[in-house]
Amino acid sequence: MTLDLFLLLAAALFAVGLYGALSQQSVVMVMMGLELMINGVVVAAASFWYFVAPAQPDGQVLVLVVISAMTVEMAMGFAVVTLLFRAKDVDTTDTAAELKR
Amino acid sequence: MEGLLFWSPAVVAVGAGIAVFRVDSMARATYALALSFVAVGLELLLLDLAYLGVVTVLMMVMEMAIMAVFMIMFMMNSAGLMPMSMVHNRRGALALSVGVFLSLAAVALLTPWPERRGTVPEDPTRSVGTGVMETKMLVMMGVGAVLFTTIVAALVLAASRSRYDVRGGRR
Repeated sequence: MTLDLFLLLAAALFAVGLYGALSQQSVVMVMMGLELMINGVVVAAASFWYFVAPAQPDGQVLVLVVISAMTVEMAMGFAVVTLLFRAKDVDTTDTAAELKR
Repeated sequence: MEGLLFWSPAVVAVGAGIAVFRVDSMARATYALALSFVAVGLELLLLDLAYLGVVTVLMMVMEMAIMAVFMIMFMMNSAGLMPMSMVHNRRGALALSVGVFLSLAAVALLTPWPERRGTVPEDPTRSVGTGVMETKMLVMMGVGAVLFTTIVAALVLAASRSRYDVRGGRR
C-alpha cells in the first residue's frame, strides 16, 4: 500500500468519469460521470492525508468538503434536469440548445 | 494480504465505474455506480478513515437510491429491455480520458512526494471532529452556507412555475 498506488486508483476513477461526462448524451449519465470524477478526488485527498500529513486534520476536512461538493453537484444537477424536462421535455445534452447560447 | 485488501476494492471501484457506461439499463448503471462508491468507501477504511469511509458508503447508497428514482422518471429504457447507446463523440472522449489518465499517472509516479510528517492519530475521527470545531470551523461554516443556498436554488429551479411566474403560468 503506497501513495502511488492510491493516486493511480484516483487517476483511473477520474479518467473513467471524464470519459462518461464527455461521451454521454443523457444529462443524468453526464452527472454520473462527474460523480465518478469526484470519487477519484476523494481517494486522492484521503491518500494525501494518510501518506503525507496524517497528524493534521486538513486532509480529512478536504475529503468532507469534496463530499459536500458532490452533494451540491447532485442536487443542482437534478434541479436543472427537472427544469429542462418541465420546460422543453428535454433529457439529453444535445437537445438542450439553450445551453449553447 | 494488505495488497489483496487494496487491490480487490480498487479493481471493483474502477470496473464498476466502467460498467456504469457500458450496461444497457439506466437502473443497472446506477447500481454499478453505487458499487463503485462502496468500493471507494472500503479503500478509505484501509486508510484508517473509519468515519469518512462509512459516511461515503451511506451517503452514496442513499444518493444512488434517489438517482434510481430520477432515472425511472426521466430516462428512456430504464429497465434495459433493449440494447441502447446514447453517446456522442465516443472516440474523442476515449482519447481524451486515456490521455488524462496517462498524464495523471505520470504525475503520480514521477513526482517526488514529500516524506510523511507525523503519525496517524490514535483516533482519526476525533482528530477531524476537533479540526472541524476548532481550526477548520470557517471551512465548515462556508460549506453550511453553500448547502443552504443549494437547497433554496434547487427548489427554485425545480419547482413548478406558478401564478408568480413572469409569463403568468402560461407555457
